[in-house]
Amino acid sequence: MRKVILITGRTIDQGKNLENKMSDEYLDAVARCEMNESLLSEIGATEGDTVRVKTEFGDVVVRAAKDDGLPDGLVFIPMGPWANAVVDTDTGGVGTPGFKGVEATVERTDAPVLPLKELIASYKEA
Amino acid sequence: MATETVTDVICPLCGSLCDDIEVIVEAGRITNVKKACPLGKSKIMGHGRIRAPMVREGGELREVSYDVAIERSAEILSDAKRPLLYGWSSLICEAQRKGVELAEEIGALIDNTASVCHGPTVIGVQGKGSPGCTLGEVKNRADLVVFWGCNPAEAHPRHRARYSHAAKGFFRPGGKKDRKVYVVDVRETKTAKVADEFIRVEPGYDYMVFSALRTILAGHEDVVPDTVGGVEKSKLIEMVDAMKSCEFGIIFGGMGLTHSRGRYKNLENVISLVDELNAHTKFTLMPMRGHYNVTGSGHTFAWLTGYPFAVDFSRGYAWYNPGETAANDVLLRGEVDAMMAIAADPGAHFPGESLRHMAKIPLIQIDPYPNPTTELADVVIPSAISGVEVAGTAYRMDGVPIRTRKIVDTDYLSDEEILERILTRVRELRR
Ligand code: SF4
Repeated sequence: MRKVILITGRTIDQGKNLENKMSDEYLDAVARCEMNESLLSEIGATEGDTVRVKTEFGDVVVRAAKDDGLPDGLVFIPMGPWANAVVDTDTGGVGTPGFKGVEATVERTDAPVLPLKELIASYKEA
Repeated sequence: MATETVTDVICPLCGSLCDDIEVIVEAGRITNVKKACPLGKSKIMGHGRIRAPMVREGGELREVSYDVAIERSAEILSDAKRPLLYGWSSLICEAQRKGVELAEEIGALIDNTASVCHGPTVIGVQGKGSPGCTLGEVKNRADLVVFWGCNPAEAHPRHRARYSHAAKGFFRPGGKKDRKVYVVDVRETKTAKVADEFIRVEPGYDYMVFSALRTILAGHEDVVPDTVGGVEKSKLIEMVDAMKSCEFGIIFGGMGLTHSRGRYKNLENVISLVDELNAHTKFTLMPMRGHYNVTGSGHTFAWLTGYPFAVDFSRGYAWYNPGETAANDVLLRGEVDAMMAIAADPGAHFPGESLRHMAKIPLIQIDPYPNPTTELADVVIPSAISGVEVAGTAYRMDGVPIRTRKIVDTDYLSDEEILERILTRVRELRR
């Protein structure tokens, strides 16, 4: 388990599927956690493996992806339902949740990525 | 079969509102889109739509008529004590106006996507003032462009080519050659890779970097430490020199500023920096707005209620206090007892905790496409796509209103018609 800072944001593939969210393309585009090569190997993962990202606000399983534009200790999940399972719910006195700069941990897991419908259904009361 | 090319189409996806799109229409259907980026093309081409209005019964969505879905929505809204009407960013101003009328009628809280996006920018502007210019001025004049906490290469793909980087302008005939581009970000984004200078800031340190730049600008570099937020002092001094000596500079601010530590304070500080730079040269600031008409929803709300987002009518008059009255504030407090999501997708873009409350209350969705919000909705009303099937006004990120075009016909009702019909029924039910 490695301590990291999580940021979320837009990507081309997320944007291309903005109006196509119930598709597999959208899941592939946003249910992913990007980190640099050295962080990937530090947690014993390669691209495509599932990783668990955990914050004070929740935890989520997504696929690991490589982006060497990220410095050590920073991970990126494209904005969307998977990222939002773990973002900071404090609205900072202005109504805006903390979508960037959230303390998190990341570790390799064998658990699968929850499909979109199941992820959203998990918010419904049993 | 008749093939027609519709030119000068306005792209209804992002705040760049590109106005040079070409759409090929064959027998009343869109078959190709030219000049748009992949984001815009994907939206104009369209994907699986919501087929028909739906109402949830026994946990399942069941197709019904527009009449039934509108009646159910009117009942939900007129019964609610603390309704929230959220979204309003991927549609035209004419529909936004109707939304404000509905909010006032039922004493609702009405909020747009700024509250999860550039709301902190708006608050910063309210505190410090609004530097600004049009994108045309950027194209024709800017020789120094700073993308701070934004990544147009992925979020606004044609912005740089049309307005801010490669664009050839009247005083910048060389395009890219005549401009210097800085990217300031916590990671080396795709935009950073094509910039002249990339400055990496540690997450949450933008405020301090602005303060350091202001200190250097004021001639007090001696008190600035060797590194600030991970940036070397020498880099900061270089940046201030570049900013002071340019002819026309602009900072495009993104969600790297609004979503991270400091929120609106980051904006207040950068606005002060821009203000102080104007003692030396012409310098300005523009937020990179996301949804194509989120700027318009701010304008429409403001000219109707006095406030640009997070407007609460529960007192019988407009009240504005983001932090208390934004959509996520009231959802996370578990305060609202009914919600309408229109032309935005809170199911995908709100924190899970907010969704937990949305799942508990009656939720009405008005949207052309199924999305995560649909999974939680109790009433789903499909609408025509504004900017493709309905014409109307949208505001570009620089505040320039542009009339979007209608390209093809549709059987779906427009957002405005749906809202008008709900409003009429709500008035009858409340009599
Ligand atoms: S940059 Fe924005 S407005 Fe222009 S084509 Fe792409 S999505 Fe549409």
